[in-house]
Amino acid sequence: MKTPQDHNWLYTISAKRKLIDFNFKEIWQYRDLLVLFVKRDVVTVYKQTVLGPFWYLIQPLFTALTFTLIFNKVANIETGTVPPFLFNLAGISIWNYFKNCLTATSSTFNSNAGVFSKVYFPRVISPLSVVISNLIKFGIQLLIFTGFYLYYYANGASISIDRTLIFFPLLIILMALLSLGLGMIISSMVTKYRDLKYLLNFGIQLLMYLSAVMYPLDLMREKLPQFAWLVEYNPIAYYVEATRYMLLSTGSLSYTGIGFSALITIVIFFVGLIIFNRTEKSFIDTI
Amino acid sequence: MKENNIILKVDNVSKQYRLGLIGTGTLSDDLKRFWYKVRGKDDPFLKVGNTNQRDKSASSDYVWALRDINFAVNKGEVLGIIGKNGAGKSTLLKILSRITLPTQGEIKTKGRIASLLEVGTGFHPELTGLENIYLNGAILGMTKAEIQSKEEEIVEFSGCKMYIDTPVKRYSSGMRVRLAFAVAAFLEPDILVIDEVLAVGDAEFQKKAIGKMQDISKGEGRTVLFVSHNMASVKTLCTRAIVLEHGKIVFSGGTDEAVSYYLKGGGDVENSKNFDEDYEKDDFKLNHISVYNLGSDIKDAIKENKDIEVKTSLFVKTNTPEDLHITYHLTNELGDTMFSFSNYNSKAVLKHGNNVLKCVIPKMFLQSGQYFLSLLIVKNKKHAAFVGRDILSFTVVDSSRELGAYMGREPGYIRPNFNWSTADD
Repeated sequence: MKTPQDHNWLYTISAKRKLIDFNFKEIWQYRDLLVLFVKRDVVTVYKQTVLGPFWYLIQPLFTALTFTLIFNKVANIETGTVPPFLFNLAGISIWNYFKNCLTATSSTFNSNAGVFSKVYFPRVISPLSVVISNLIKFGIQLLIFTGFYLYYYANGASISIDRTLIFFPLLIILMALLSLGLGMIISSMVTKYRDLKYLLNFGIQLLMYLSAVMYPLDLMREKLPQFAWLVEYNPIAYYVEATRYMLLSTGSLSYTGIGFSALITIVIFFVGLIIFNRTEKSFIDTI
Repeated sequence: MKENNIILKVDNVSKQYRLGLIGTGTLSDDLKRFWYKVRGKDDPFLKVGNTNQRDKSASSDYVWALRDINFAVNKGEVLGIIGKNGAGKSTLLKILSRITLPTQGEIKTKGRIASLLEVGTGFHPELTGLENIYLNGAILGMTKAEIQSKEEEIVEFSGCKMYIDTPVKRYSSGMRVRLAFAVAAFLEPDILVIDEVLAVGDAEFQKKAIGKMQDISKGEGRTVLFVSHNMASVKTLCTRAIVLEHGKIVFSGGTDEAVSYYLKGGGDVENSKNFDEDYEKDDFKLNHISVYNLGSDIKDAIKENKDIEVKTSLFVKTNTPEDLHITYHLTNELGDTMFSFSNYNSKAVLKHGNNVLKCVIPKMFLQSGQYFLSLLIVKNKKHAAFVGRDILSFTVVDSSRELGAYMGREPGYIRPNFNWSTADD
C-alpha cells in the first residue's frame, strides 16, 4: 500500500503560500511567450500610423527641445560646456525609459485582467516583457542621441564620453530593476485600492522634477541646499546624473550615491517580487 | 494498485468570496485578518459564510462558492462536471486552471494542466491571423517549436487560409472564433480542462468543434475534465461525472446515473418553491409557485407527453384585486425568452385574500430541456409591481426515450404534435 507521499506530484495548488515561491523553470518554459509579448508590444504600437517607429524619436526630441528652450534659454540653467540640447536629450531618454516601464508595469493586473482571468501562465512574464520592449525603444532613442552627439562633435562642441561608459549597461539593468520592482508593488496594490492609479499619474510627474532630469545635481545643491536632500535620497537622480556623466562627461559620478541607489533598487525589486508573487495567485477575486 | 493511476487529486477544496462591493470595509477586514494572523489565530472570516444559493438572502458578508470538494481523476479518464448555473463549476475550473487559489484545501497534479475557458484569449486585433496563432498558442502554454510543427494543421482546421496574413481586426467574428478554436484544438497537455461553451460558431463549425473535442478526449489516454450543460455530449464523451449543487458535490459516479440525477433536479426541488417575507409587497404577498405534470407527484421528472401545470399561490391585500395580473416569461436554457403567458383576459381573476391560480401548458408542446420562469406582477396593466427573474426552473425530459439515455434531442424550441393522416389517392 502506497501512501500519498510516495506520489511524485508535479505541483500543488494550495491556499498555503510560501514567502518566495518562484518557479524559474516554469518561467523558462514560457520564454517563447515572453518573446512574442515583446514583439507584440513593439510592433503594434504604431501600426496604421504614417510615421511608424519614428514616433519613438519624435517624442523625446520635442521634449528635449522644449526643455532646452524653457529651462536653458528662459530659466538659464547652466550645463557647462555641454550643449543644453544634448544634456536634456540624455536625461529625457533615461527618464522616459524609467517612466514608461513604471507606468506600464504598474497596471499589469488591471490591463491584463481579461487574459489573466481566463488562462494561466507565469504572470511575471507580463511586466518582464514591458521592461524588455521598452529597452528596445530606449535603444532606438540612444541611436538618435548618438546621431546628435556626432553632429555636435563635428561642429566643435567640447564633449567627450567617459571611460565609465562600459558600465552603462549595468546602469540600465539597475534602472530596469527599479522600475520593475516599483511597478510590481504598485500593480499589486492597485488591484485592491484603485486610489493608487490616480496618485501614480501626478506622482511620476512630480518625481521627474526630483530626479535631476533637466538640471545638474550640483546645481540643486548650490541653489536650494535646504531641499537638496529630496533629490539626494532619490535613487533615480543618481542614475540620471550617472548617465550624463558616462555619455557626456558632465556633472559628477558619486560612487556612494550609485551604491546607495543600487542597494535601494535591489531591496525594492525583491519586495516587488514577493508582493507580486502573493498577489498574482488570487488577484482575480478582488480586481 | 489503482492509487498509482491518479493523475489529479482534489482535496477538501473550498473557496470563499466576499459579497457586495470590494472597497468599503475591505481595509478593516484586512487589518482584522492581519491582527489574527499576528496572534497566530485562524482567519476569523473562515468560520462564517453562506452556502452558495443565489435566491436566499445572505446572512453574512461572505459566501462559500465551493465547499469541501473532493475527487480524484485517473489517467486517461474523461470526467464530466455538471451543474446548474451558479453551482460552482466555473469557480472549480478557475482553481484547477490556477487562475485563482482555493481558500482552503489543495489540488495535486502529476501532469501539466491546460485549460480552455475561453478561446482567443490574448488575440491582438492589429496582428495578423498567423501572428495571433503564435501569440495565442504561447499564451496557452505551447512552445514556438510546437506551434511551428502544427501551423499548417491549425490553419487548415480554422478554414481561414485566405486571410491568414490579414490583421485579425478585419476578421468577421465567426472567423475569429474559428481561428481561436483551431489553436486551442491542437493543444496537447497531460490534463485538459474544457468548458463546453467553447463550441461556438455556425452549425457546421460547431459539429467540427464537438468532433474535435471527442477526438481529443478519446485519443490516446488523454485526461480531460469536461464542463457542460449539454447532457448529450456529457454522455457521449465522459466516462464518469460529478454533479455540483450550491458549491458541493451532490453526486459522483457513472455518467448515466449522474445525468439522470441532474435532470431530476437533484435533491433540491427547483420546480417548487415557497417564498418568505422578502416577497411581501404593499398589495400582495407571493406564497408559492410550482411546476409539475398534471396528475404526477411534484418530485417526478416532468415529461413532455403530459400536460404541465404551473401553480401560483398569492395572497392579495389590496381592495382592488382586479387591477393585478400575473405574467410569466418562459426562457430556455440558452436564455432566449420563448413566450409569455398571463391571466389577463382569462377567466381567472384575482380576488382579495388567498388565490391559487393554475395554468396548463398542453402536452406535446415544450421540447425537452431546461426552462426558467420569470414572474411579473403587473398593476393597472401598466407597471410591474414585482419582477422575479428566473424565479423557478424546471427540466422537461423526453419520455419517448428512456430517462437519461437519449443521445441528443430533436431540433427546435417547441415540439407540437400535429395531426397526420393518410388519404386514399
